[in-house]
Amino acid sequence: MTLNFLVICLISLGVYSFLFGRYRIRKVTQQVSVKQHSRDVYHATFLAACATIVPLIVLIVWSSLSPLVLNGLLEVQLQNMVGAATVGEMGVLIAQTKAFSAGLLNPAFVSDDVKQAASYYESLQAASDTGRALLVLAIGLVGLAFGSRFLTVRFTARHWVERLATWLMIGASVIAILTTIGIVLSLVFETIRFFDSVSVTEFLFGLHWSPQIAIRADQAGSSGSFGAIPLFAGTLMITLIAMVVAVPVGLMSAIYLSEYATPRLRNIAKPTIEVLAGIPTVVYGFFAALVLAPLLRDGGSDIGLTVSSESALAAGLVMGTMIIPFISSLSDDVINAVPQNLRDGAAALGATRSETIIQVVLPAALPGIVSAVLLAISRAIGETMIVVMAAGVAANLTANPFESVTTVTVQIVMLLVGDQEFDSAKTLAAFALGLLLFIITLGLNILALYVVNKYREQYD
Amino acid sequence: MSSQEENIKIRTSGVTVHYGAAQALHGIDLDIRANEVTALIGPSGCGKSTFLRCINRMNDVIEDCHFGGKIEIDGEDIYSGEIDVVELRARVGMVFQKPNPFPKSIYDNVAYGPRIHGLASSKDELDHMVETSLRRAGLWQEVHDRLHTSGSGLSGGQQQRLCIARTIAVDPNVVLMDEPCSALDPIATAIIEELIEELRSQYTIVIVTHSMQQAARVSQRTAYFHLGHLVEHGDTDRIFTNPANKQTEAYISGKIG
Ligand SMILES: Nc1ncnc2c1ncn2[C@@H]1O[C@H](COP(=O)(O)OP(=O)(O)OP(=O)(O)O)[C@@H](O)[C@H]1O
Ligand SMILES: [Mg+2]
Repeated sequence: MTLNFLVICLISLGVYSFLFGRYRIRKVTQQVSVKQHSRDVYHATFLAACATIVPLIVLIVWSSLSPLVLNGLLEVQLQNMVGAATVGEMGVLIAQTKAFSAGLLNPAFVSDDVKQAASYYESLQAASDTGRALLVLAIGLVGLAFGSRFLTVRFTARHWVERLATWLMIGASVIAILTTIGIVLSLVFETIRFFDSVSVTEFLFGLHWSPQIAIRADQAGSSGSFGAIPLFAGTLMITLIAMVVAVPVGLMSAIYLSEYATPRLRNIAKPTIEVLAGIPTVVYGFFAALVLAPLLRDGGSDIGLTVSSESALAAGLVMGTMIIPFISSLSDDVINAVPQNLRDGAAALGATRSETIIQVVLPAALPGIVSAVLLAISRAIGETMIVVMAAGVAANLTANPFESVTTVTVQIVMLLVGDQEFDSAKTLAAFALGLLLFIITLGLNILALYVVNKYREQYD
Repeated sequence: MSSQEENIKIRTSGVTVHYGAAQALHGIDLDIRANEVTALIGPSGCGKSTFLRCINRMNDVIEDCHFGGKIEIDGEDIYSGEIDVVELRARVGMVFQKPNPFPKSIYDNVAYGPRIHGLASSKDELDHMVETSLRRAGLWQEVHDRLHTSGSGLSGGQQQRLCIARTIAVDPNVVLMDEPCSALDPIATAIIEELIEELRSQYTIVIVTHSMQQAARVSQRTAYFHLGHLVEHGDTDRIFTNPANKQTEAYISGKIG
């Protein structure tokens, strides 16, 4: 029985259990005059859960373990047929066998051993599928029978369903957390491997970035240099320029929208600003590269400045524009959430509108505003497209915003595009950069949390 | 009679208020005397808060709210073009129904008004103002050792007294109170009523209340509103013992409302 069909069977079993549970509890209740503890739907849900949850878990476990077991058995079989083989040869044989049984290989090119192994493998697979189907459905039926014995008038099905819901939520959170941990761990392990070939100090404090690794070991300049400082400096500069544009403009437009604009204007202006957030970053990128950067270059040369045609300034300005709606829209929401009675209180003391806003409303909205800005910073740090197009890929270490720079994310992309050996220092460097970026963003978040907790003015 | 005339602090004549097309107040003529407590009573939605908010022009910020008529404080028309609303509100303070301390420290709450109006020239003077206001509001004993903790950490009654302290720190001469005790328990209410009685010697107080007993206890004058009309007003003693109007009598004795 194929997986799809089995899943459909399981779902049908669930639906049937639900309907049966409802029918059953109605019938049971009709015969007695006691008040039913839980509504019908809870009994039905309870029964459906009894019939499906354990089988589902068995199904998942079986499906994820069976390839391992089958592989092991296949390997033993091949070993017996072909005799001793190296790990590599064995890998090729196994791959051939599987490809053949999947019908991907022309029988003319396959040895008899492989054909034989393939039929063995197919029989194994069929046995596994049948076993899985039988086991899953049997457990489901047992669950149904077992669960339906509970359906009595005073059975607390509501509590059980509630508990089930709680566990589902817990399960979802655990998956989210485990995924995060998994990603971080893989970053950490690959980074450790990277540091086998490049020293930590060179990576953290090196001023030179040119990750070109020679194909042959005896080639000239065979080791690239992996100083990450220029990348982080570039990221920092572009993010800074973006923030200088986005924070004041975004914040002030939020204040204008929430405190000064009439509702009608607000209803038009807010969505208009939010449209900015919907523009794909590529579009911003070529706007920066094709319109703004030449403009800056020409404008710069008119007043005697040398602005290169790909500059941090162009990327930063456009990125700032991209981020404005984040800050403005989120801040507008938090400012609106500040209770009106605080504004009334200040007004009744004779505070002007701007005094009220600066001294009462903004401090109360501060935590929200800080998180809006943080979100914007993470956007800016993670942004790649605009930078590739407008600021270039040259890892210059410079404080001059008119020059071309590059950022961490851009370099991660550059490291990984094209054919790469997975364990070359060049590829592994991407993990190290990723990890460092992650640590920096995490640090920023923690810092912001601390600041917010220290200076927040809690209203109730 | 003439001595009473001189004592009039606020004079409203023909005050009408519209919220959009709906008329909330119909030609209110009411004289409010200095150093007295005037209670505004009446069933819910009759326009008491609206009227109160006219006196310090808090209705200005409500969109679609239109004022008509005239209100004079000390003989000066507060809706004339020359009036600075900010200055007016410094003279006419307001305490709200729900305590609304700023999410700042107790000290900063009280110091807020003096700071924005530049009333204190030195830190010492400001400290002094804060202390005096808190003392007058009867809160000093309870908070003097935690002036720099947040005002929202106080109990509801304490918060309301903090709001009163904050209002009188600006040294207004009129204090408007919109159901200041409705969120408080009887003990906190009693403390605030006592406070109102003490404040009366220095301020003109207008208080909206839903409690007949409270109106009787704290006020010298009472005005009864009904559906946007001022039905009857006069000495509290008379209104409560011998109301001239049937509606007033019915409301006071608990038949409407
Ligand atoms: N902001 C507003 N917008 C529109 N209508 C309003 C507004 N505020 C009050 N009103 C209307 O004006 C009328 C008077 O309201 P007001 O708040 O002055 O009554 P009140 O006497 O204070 O009532 P309560 O005792 O319940 O506080 C009511 O009909 C109310 O619906
Ligand atoms: Mg009211």
